[in-house]
Amino acid sequence: MIRLEKRPQPSRFWTGATPILAVLLTMLVGGAMFAALGTDPLEAIKVIFWDPLFHEQFASYSRPQLLVKAGPLILIAIGLSIGFRAGIWNIGAEGQYIMGAICGAGAGLALYPSDSALLFPMMVVAGALGGWVWAMIPAVLKVKFGTNEILVSLMLVYVAENILASVSSGLLRNPEGMGFPGSRNLNQWDAASNLDLIPNTGMHWGVVAALIAVIFAYVLLSRHIQGFNVRLTGEAPRAARFAGVSPSRIILFCLGMSGVLAGMAGMFEVTGPAGKISIDFNSGYGFTAIIVAFLGRLHPVGILLAGLLMALTYIGGELAQLMLGLPGAAIQLFQGMLLFFLLATDVFTNYRVRIGKGELA
Amino acid sequence: MDLSSINPVLLIASIMVSATPILLAAIGEAVVEKAGVLNLGVEGMMIVGAVVGFAVAVNTGSPGLGFVAAALASAILSLSFGFLTQYLLSNQVATGLGLTLVGLGLSALIGKPYEGMKSPTLPKLDIPVLSDLPVVGRMLFSHDPMVYLSLLLVVVVWTFLKYTRAGLVLRAVGESHDAAHALGYKVVRVRMIAIFFGGACAGLGGAYLSLVRVPQWTEGMTAGAGWIALAIVVFASWRPWRVLIGAYLFGGVTVLQLNLQAAEVAVPVALLSMSPYLITIIVLVIISARGAHGAPASLGRSFHASS
Repeated sequence: MIRLEKRPQPSRFWTGATPILAVLLTMLVGGAMFAALGTDPLEAIKVIFWDPLFHEQFASYSRPQLLVKAGPLILIAIGLSIGFRAGIWNIGAEGQYIMGAICGAGAGLALYPSDSALLFPMMVVAGALGGWVWAMIPAVLKVKFGTNEILVSLMLVYVAENILASVSSGLLRNPEGMGFPGSRNLNQWDAASNLDLIPNTGMHWGVVAALIAVIFAYVLLSRHIQGFNVRLTGEAPRAARFAGVSPSRIILFCLGMSGVLAGMAGMFEVTGPAGKISIDFNSGYGFTAIIVAFLGRLHPVGILLAGLLMALTYIGGELAQLMLGLPGAAIQLFQGMLLFFLLATDVFTNYRVRIGKGELA
Repeated sequence: MDLSSINPVLLIASIMVSATPILLAAIGEAVVEKAGVLNLGVEGMMIVGAVVGFAVAVNTGSPGLGFVAAALASAILSLSFGFLTQYLLSNQVATGLGLTLVGLGLSALIGKPYEGMKSPTLPKLDIPVLSDLPVVGRMLFSHDPMVYLSLLLVVVVWTFLKYTRAGLVLRAVGESHDAAHALGYKVVRVRMIAIFFGGACAGLGGAYLSLVRVPQWTEGMTAGAGWIALAIVVFASWRPWRVLIGAYLFGGVTVLQLNLQAAEVAVPVALLSMSPYLITIIVLVIISARGAHGAPASLGRSFHASS
C-alpha cells in the first residue's frame, strides 16, 4: 500500500530535483516514441540535445539560434511566472505577443523612412504598450466584473490572430510588395532593425531585455515588498487580504507586467529574427513559455535555464527533422510531455511517499 | 451585399450542425466540473478525438467506428489528467493546460499522413413522418444521428444529476469533497469516472468536427472550440439545459458570421471571423457581472484525505 503524507513545507531538495527528473523521464518516454516512429532513440536524443551545441558542421549555425529562441521564451515566461505566483492565470501571452509586434512595427512603419536614433526605443515602448493594453482587457474585466481571466485572455489570442491577418494584408502591407501580404522588411531599415549586437552570437536587444527581466524579477520577488505581496496573494489569499494587500492591484500589476514583457518579446521578434509582420508571424512562443515558466519552478533563475533548455529542444527538433526525418509535431509532443512529467513528479515536492500499511485516520 | 441569399431553413439546420461539437464537449465538461474538477484540457482532448476519429473512419470506412474510437481515445487521454490531478495531486489549471499542449502535439503527429484526405460521411437519419413535414422537417428532423445523440445526452445528464442517487453523490463530491469523504463516498473514484466521461464527450465532439462539420483533417482544426466549450459551461451556470442554449447560441453566431461573409456584407472579414470569440468574452462578462455564478464549491481544489 502506497500512501502520500503531506509535508509541512515543500521539500527544497525535490524543488530542484523534479525538473531534472522530468527531463530524464521525458527523454525516456520520448525515446520510446522515437523508436516507435522508426528512429534510433539514442541517436534522436543526441541530435536534439547534443548536436545543436557541439556538432562540427551545424553547431556554428545553431549555437546563435539558442539565444534567438531563448530570448522571447524567457522574456514571456518571466512575466507569466509573476502572475502564476499570485494565482493569476494569464494564458493568452501569445495574443499579447502578437499585439506587441503589431503595435511596435506599426509605430515604426508610420514614420517610415525616418532614421532617427529615437525610432527604435519608441518602437520598444509602443510594443510594450500594445502587449500591456491587450493584457489589461482580462485584468480590468476580472477586477470590475470578476470575469475568468483564463478564458478571456485565451479568447483574445484568436482575436489577435485575426487582427494580425487583417493588418498584414491591409493596414501594414508593404506598399512596394506587389500586393503580397506582409509588411516592409524591417531588417532592411537600419533605424528599426534589431540585429545581433555582436555578430553571429544571436545576442539581439530582446536577449538583453530578457536578461534584465530575469534580474528585475529576482529582485522584485525576493527583495521588494510588491514581490512579497504577489507571493502572499498566491500562497495565502486571506492572509494577504488581512495584511491590506489589494487583490485588484495585484491582478492589474501581474497581468500588466506579463503583457508588457510579452509585447516587448513580440516587438523584438518582428524587428529582428522574423523581420516583418506576416500572417504566420506568431509561432507559439506564448504557449511554450507556459512550459518554461513551470519548468523553471516560477523562479527567475530557473526560468533562465529552462528557457535555454526549451530553446535547445526547438533547435534540436529542427535538426532532427533535417537529419533523421522526425516529424516536427514529435517535438511539440515532446515539450508537452515535459510539462506533464514535471507536474507528475512534483508530488514528491509537496508529499512524502510512505510504503506500508497506514494506521486508520 | 445580398442578404436574400441566406436561406432561413438551411441556416437553422446548419446552426444545429455547427453547435453539436461544442455541445458534446460542453455537456461532458459540465459533468466534470459538477464533480469539482476543472479540466482545462478540453481543447486537447477534442483535437485528439478529431484525429483518431478521422483516422479510424478513413481506415475502416465506417464513421460510426470512428466516433467510438474517438470517444475511447480521448477518454483514455483524459485519464492521464485524472491520474495526475487525483492521485499525484497536481495543480488542475496547469495540468489541464499541459493536456491541451500534449493533445495538440499528439494530434499533429498522428494526423500528418491524413492531411487532404476525405472521410466517409455519416448518413443522414431522416426521422420517419416528421422529416416529411414542410419546412420544419428539413430544419429539425433531417440530421445525422450524432445531432440527436447530443440532444439525448443533455436530457440524460440532466436526469442523472437531478433525479438519481449517483448524480446526487457526484454533486456532493463537487460541492464539498471533505463532507462527501466523511460520508464514506469515494471522492477520487467519482471524479475519475466523471473525468473519463468528460473525455469521451470531448472526443465525440472533436470527431464530429473532423467527420461531419468540416469534414477533413487539418492541424489545429478545433481552433478554440474546446475553450469555447469551457466558456459555455460558465455561461450555463453549470446547468445542462443552459449548456444546450449556450451551445446553440454560439453555433448560431458561427454560422451567421460565415453566412454574412459569403453574402459580402460591408463588415471587415476579420471582424466577422473574430466575432465568436468576442461574443464569448462579452457573454462571460455579462454572466460574471450578474454575480451568483453557481460554481461547485470545490471546483479546482485538490482532494487529499489527510487535509
